[in-house]
Amino acid sequence: MEAIQLFFLKNALQMKNNIIHYCNIKNSEVYLDGKKLYSAKGEEQFSSFIKGVYKNFDLDYPKFYKMDPLCKLAITTSSILLEGIKDNIDPNMAIVLSNKSSCIDVDLKHQASISQGDESYASPANFVYTLPNIALGEISIKYKLRSENSFFIFDGFNPEFLIKYANSLTLLGKSNSVLCGWIEVVENEYNAFMFIVKQETGIAFTKENLIKLI
Amino acid sequence: MNLTQNKIPVYVTNGTCVTPLGINLIDNIQGIKDGRVAISKNIDNNLQKDPFYGAVINKELLNKTFSNLKYEGQFSTLEKMMLLAIDEIANNFKGQFNDKCGIIISSTKGNVDALSTDNRETYFLHHLAKKVSNAIGLETEPIVLSNACVSGIMAISIAKRLIQSGSYNHFIVVGGDLFSKFVFSGFQSFQAISSEPCKPYDKARDGITLGEASAAIFVTKDRALTQANSCYEVIGDSSINDANHISGPSRTGEGLFQSVDNAMKEAQIDSSAIDCISSHGTATNYNDEMEAQAYNRAALEKTPVFSLKAFFGHTLGAAGLLEAVISLAFADEDLIPPSLGYNEHGLTLPLNINNKIQEKKVEIILKTASGFGGSNTAVLFKKCITDEK
Repeated sequence: MEAIQLFFLKNALQMKNNIIHYCNIKNSEVYLDGKKLYSAKGEEQFSSFIKGVYKNFDLDYPKFYKMDPLCKLAITTSSILLEGIKDNIDPNMAIVLSNKSSCIDVDLKHQASISQGDESYASPANFVYTLPNIALGEISIKYKLRSENSFFIFDGFNPEFLIKYANSLTLLGKSNSVLCGWIEVVENEYNAFMFIVKQETGIAFTKENLIKLI
Repeated sequence: MNLTQNKIPVYVTNGTCVTPLGINLIDNIQGIKDGRVAISKNIDNNLQKDPFYGAVINKELLNKTFSNLKYEGQFSTLEKMMLLAIDEIANNFKGQFNDKCGIIISSTKGNVDALSTDNRETYFLHHLAKKVSNAIGLETEPIVLSNACVSGIMAISIAKRLIQSGSYNHFIVVGGDLFSKFVFSGFQSFQAISSEPCKPYDKARDGITLGEASAAIFVTKDRALTQANSCYEVIGDSSINDANHISGPSRTGEGLFQSVDNAMKEAQIDSSAIDCISSHGTATNYNDEMEAQAYNRAALEKTPVFSLKAFFGHTLGAAGLLEAVISLAFADEDLIPPSLGYNEHGLTLPLNINNKIQEKKVEIILKTASGFGGSNTAVLFKKCITDEK
């Protein structure tokens, strides 16, 4: 009996990070914890699709319309994920996002605006979005997360890295939970996968599971 | 469990850099001591009709120096700058490449000018990272950190965490960004470019001067690998977002204050233990004032503080790393570098701006940076005592 109690105590103390919620936006559909919540099959334009998602989920955040495509995708995915646990958001939750193409759409827009010879002029409203970590800033502002923020770039989804870094943040006491994910958009091709990891019961935070869930 | 007591110590050593002041660390340190600056007046009609100030690397010298190294193949200007910066580290630590050694590359815009060419592939930061890591023969997947102007110093912090949590034993950390029309025109549109070389913390400051540079450092848990004359332990680090505005810093310095406070708590020191601050000091009104707020809140208003921006300009994703490398090299000689461009105090709160080279026993250095997206980073370095080795 004592041995069993000790076993549980030990497990509780050393509980690992698990995936407690996750959200996907891809192929004109929105999923929360694996359940389809919205579908706009046939909508091929990213801009119309993401506006449809914004309206469908009543996100009520007018700043959305000013954002570049990466921030629109990031704020939408994170809002759908976080609204469900709104009263329970840890202000110290870290944000760790990653992608391949940085913020290429707004970069191209800015580049085009400065490549027209004498006619060229840059727009501060575009320029301010020409860094991928602005997406982290937007999520932090909306949910008042004064926390660790980092944006990483890889050739493709890198579950091993996300596991290593998210686990280091909780292990070293930098945060108690981590909003993690992959957020990629290039013109009309997009894939957003965000999840929350925490030392609570949930889906095991493993490479195999992340590959399955993205 | 007391996390602090169980932490694996992590050290940095062998810092290097490539700037318009010099293509190695020694030339840069000597340049600062001689009062030379990397910023100069430039004329480039492609950027703007009027002359402008910027810290631009002499590409002829860069290409010539690079061609003396052994790297084969085609490399962009930024890739050459990064390889020049890590060449010595790669040679010195080749023996560690197969011992859980990673590489972190920090850059905000990488080869961004590739966007206006047909060679779109080189725009991707991972492409640049892979070229650099392949060139030195490192097989692990490169990690790119692109977190605005804190990237360079945050990269050291990420390396430390990944080592302390057992995933890696060593890291090569390299940062770099170019002086590009892309960024210059953007800051112009913000009216944030200074008409003269930037003047951090000065009353007459009117904005930033842009620059280009690369810098590198080796991060390891193996004390025996560090150079006897330059070894620092990373004793605390934190990066807290302001959650306030995407392009302006918090007026109260909240994120920076919390970052500094967390780093001090981790290091188990109070503000009086810090010998000097290598600050961000971009010379915009908002940034410098925000730093004054944060340092005062952290009881650091009497600690000597310096910004290196008037020497190198704002080098974006390289800045935090470059400034750490320079600050540690000065600390090796128990010197505090000067904060150039400061004549009349231009902040609403007191700060001890170190306006000339000062001899002082330097044991603990605080490096901070802040940037777009509300980002802030603070890292504390402590000089290794030689006989502990």
